[in-house]
Amino acid sequence: MKCKKCGSKASVNMRQHKLALCKEHYLEWMPEQTARFIKKYEMFTHHEKILVAVSGGKDSLGLWDILVRLGYQADGLYLGLGIDEGVHYSHESQRLAQKFADEHKLKLHIVDIEKEYGQPIPVLAEKSHRGYGKPCAVCGLAKRHEMNRIARDLGYDVLATGHNLDDEAAVLFGNTLSWASEFLLRQGPVLPSADGLARKVKPLCRFYEREMTAYCLLRGIEYIYEECPFADGSQSIYYKELLNQLETTRPGAKLTFYLRFLEARKTGELFIEKNREQAHLHPCPKCGQPTSTDDLCSFCRMIEKVNAVA
Amino acid sequence: MPVKLILRDKEYDVKPGMTLLDSLKKINVLSESVIATREGEMILDDEILQDGDVVKLIAVISGGRN
Repeated sequence: MKCKKCGSKASVNMRQHKLALCKEHYLEWMPEQTARFIKKYEMFTHHEKILVAVSGGKDSLGLWDILVRLGYQADGLYLGLGIDEGVHYSHESQRLAQKFADEHKLKLHIVDIEKEYGQPIPVLAEKSHRGYGKPCAVCGLAKRHEMNRIARDLGYDVLATGHNLDDEAAVLFGNTLSWASEFLLRQGPVLPSADGLARKVKPLCRFYEREMTAYCLLRGIEYIYEECPFADGSQSIYYKELLNQLETTRPGAKLTFYLRFLEARKTGELFIEKNREQAHLHPCPKCGQPTSTDDLCSFCRMIEKVNAVA
Repeated sequence: MPVKLILRDKEYDVKPGMTLLDSLKKINVLSESVIATREGEMILDDEILQDGDVVKLIAVISGGRN
């Protein structure tokens, strides 16, 4: 297969775009496309300060690399979750995030959940009895809470995460299966800022996971290959595998699924607008972050519960 | 010599002379779910695998079965 731009041997073939590119042109194409998505969805400008949530994985490191190559002011945030499980997962992911930051002379903020809240994620999950024996729900809750807190406290304009199209399509698929309209209404490339909530953006939302892997391999970015040990057998991975089966026989199916959803949401084809009004938020009396619950936010309630047990 | 395909901690032998895509089908791995490298270079589905080739398959879904 030949590169569409120069005719030399292609390294990456994107069947959904009918586009094959060599290494050189692929590494040019990725930032060009990212810049296009940032502009299209009005994510941020070159004057704004961006905080990139970095996990040590391919997507977040790839995103950080692309944003820096595009000339954005992008610092990193690594959350130490305290996940070991015999494979030193958190230790290794932090090492790789720090290595990337050091090699590119970038600023990386490191926040350790155990130091901040007294317990690592697996213990918080166990003591709070959330998540049916797996810490993923508590981990997600803590990450959302902490990423927002730090973006807000350190004065960043926007929080960028490395969610790719496979992540987005898997979430969309899950929410569609259960017609979770409130979640569907919130899903998109940009979650605008609100009182106490930083703007959240997903600049990689139109790249396949495969493309991010290829980008990191071709750029020589060392990332943590293994997923979190608790993710084994997770629903999102199962959905991704199902969607890849569909993609194999119908190239572009994942992209169409996601883009058509965004269009339908934007034009109001799918949902009744009044659902938006029902999602009333008010500040949590303890941490001040917006919550839809009547009293403390879910995170503060969990911490109180854990401290009461300890 | 067979072609060796390596995915995580598993190794598979397939006959030489097939394309990468056909080799992946033989071992029930979706082409969408992996990136294939040979001697450190990425190769595509239409690549014909030769005697003695060792192809490393990199899973793109972290934590997935493939």
